[in-house]
Amino acid sequence: MSNDVVIVVFSSDRAAEGLAGAGERLASAMGGRVFEIAIDPAEYQIEECLTALTETCRELNPRAILLSNDTYSQEIAPRLAHRLGGSAVGDGVAITAELRVTRQVYGGKAQAVIQLKRTPAVVWLRARSFAPASGGQAPSPVRTGGAPVLHAQTRIVERRRETQGEARLEDARVIVSGGRGIGGPEGFSGELQPLARLLGAQMAASRAACDAGWVPLTWQVGQTGKKVAPDLYLAIGITGASQHMAGISEAKQIAAINIDRDAPIFKHCRFGIVEDYRKVVPLLRQKLSAIQR
Amino acid sequence: MNILVCMKQILDPEVPARDFRVDALHKEAERGSANLVTNIFCENALETALQFRERAGDVKITVLSFGAPSAEDSLRKALAMKADAAALVINEGNPHPDPLTVAQVLAAAAKRLGSFDLILVGRESGDWGAGQTGGLLAEELGWPCLSFVDSIESAGGKVRVKRQTESGFEIVEAEPPVVLTITNDEHNVPRIPKVRDVMMAHRQPLTTFNTADLGVDVSSRYYEVAQLSIPQKESHCEFVPGDTLDQKVDALARRLLEVTAAL
Ligand SMILES: Cc1cc2nc3c(=O)[nH]c(=O)nc-3n(C[C@H](O)[C@H](O)[C@H](O)COP(=O)(O)OP(=O)(O)OC[C@H]3O[C@@H](n4cnc5c(N)ncnc54)[C@H](O)[C@@H]3O)c2cc1C
Repeated sequence: MSNDVVIVVFSSDRAAEGLAGAGERLASAMGGRVFEIAIDPAEYQIEECLTALTETCRELNPRAILLSNDTYSQEIAPRLAHRLGGSAVGDGVAITAELRVTRQVYGGKAQAVIQLKRTPAVVWLRARSFAPASGGQAPSPVRTGGAPVLHAQTRIVERRRETQGEARLEDARVIVSGGRGIGGPEGFSGELQPLARLLGAQMAASRAACDAGWVPLTWQVGQTGKKVAPDLYLAIGITGASQHMAGISEAKQIAAINIDRDAPIFKHCRFGIVEDYRKVVPLLRQKLSAIQR
Repeated sequence: MNILVCMKQILDPEVPARDFRVDALHKEAERGSANLVTNIFCENALETALQFRERAGDVKITVLSFGAPSAEDSLRKALAMKADAAALVINEGNPHPDPLTVAQVLAAAAKRLGSFDLILVGRESGDWGAGQTGGLLAEELGWPCLSFVDSIESAGGKVRVKRQTESGFEIVEAEPPVVLTITNDEHNVPRIPKVRDVMMAHRQPLTTFNTADLGVDVSSRYYEVAQLSIPQKESHCEFVPGDTLDQKVDALARRLLEVTAAL
């Protein structure tokens, strides 16, 4: 086994930059090189991709394989580890040369350090939590040998996008997010979205609002939704359950509108207002337009 | 068609952060006064299977748990939701089985219980949230795996599933046997069992094994927890000043513009 690090990249955005940065620092701590395997998500088929990655990684024989925490990476990582005789762990926010990985557990209420016991370490990282590479040494690109699976039992037959234009929520600088307290889809479309437009913000939601079917599931932020890192996250009608906070721990500033002064969200806020959002938001929109004019 | 749904019993994840403590020595959460509940994604998985049975007809659903003897409660609840059969593998050896151990135990138990076309697991658990059981179980069995599925339809000899991605969703066709990891959406919110069914579930048979019966080594060889702690990161919230709503909202507007204008 070499001390090399392989990064597997499914997209070319801020997450990929963080991944390259994490790879560079880990490789330098272990005294190895960085290889990059780029995979086009539009071409992704599960069993083919897994087989090809397994073969390429067997040849490279790295000590660590890093992925981002997108859907495809999370799906591939444990299976890749199993095939390579290694160990996987996910949603890491730190990784050391001794293959100790820090991650949130218990819905964000606690933090654990996990010691991996087998190599290669296959780790999917909360890549946006990592600084980009210094650029000292670019990773060597590796082509995955096309390894068609002759009789694949699964086939992705249709892909649908349900996003807000081209911008990714993960890359948004300002986010307006609504929860169960919004009370229905009308509150989102009639109040929160116009507010978001005034602030140049993207929309997000708590799981409660997504589960209720008020907004698309792709808006969900949290432990099992998106992990976002905006400069400003405005939470409206959201309690601030630990599982929700797990998705915004990288936000620079959190602000909230909530009728309950004791809502846990305020413990994480820089500023906030204790009021019914139905009263606050219409007035806020008027004032924002007036000041901006 | 035979479906196996794996269910994990966990400490109630809705316990608020202020009541949550960890035992740093044993590296686990303190039980405190919290309830034990079934992991929500496992219940979403069972609900997805039940709805599939309602549409497809000839389907048998077996539920399986690996855990403490108390996990029987999760299985009885699943029976009350109208699963057809239940089995428990009692974990007496290792309070912290790693994901590979769990997958090996579930694979061995699945083989004992019969031959399945679909095995459903939750996408991750509300306690440790490793999110690896489905993928590792598929590898142990040599089956394919589809992740983040929220609904299943039968399509000839195949199944057609919808699964969530970060940008939308995908439709995937699969030839059983296949492992599916299930996530939540508005349609698979678990049903509440009827009182009568809860009573009846207590009289239904429960198959039990222990890990020795299954011949699985439960010592952790994959990974172990080296440290567990509660991070302290509270911030001081400034409530916007003002005597009237108008004054407060005015202050809020200025504060928001200050932050966004600096970008
Ligand atoms: C395994 C697991 C994973 C999970 N993953 C996620 C996740 O990824 N993301 C997530 O968000 N949750 C997740 N959850 C759920 C989480 O525990 C909470 O249940 C959820 O976040 C609550 O959503 P909420 O704050 O919108 O709703 P509620 O808790 O119902 O809060 C509503 C809030 O709105 C306020 N409110 C009500 N009316 C008004 C009004 N008129 N004006 C202003 N405020 C008002 C109330 O004071 C309250 O604070 C997960 C849970 C589990 C168990």
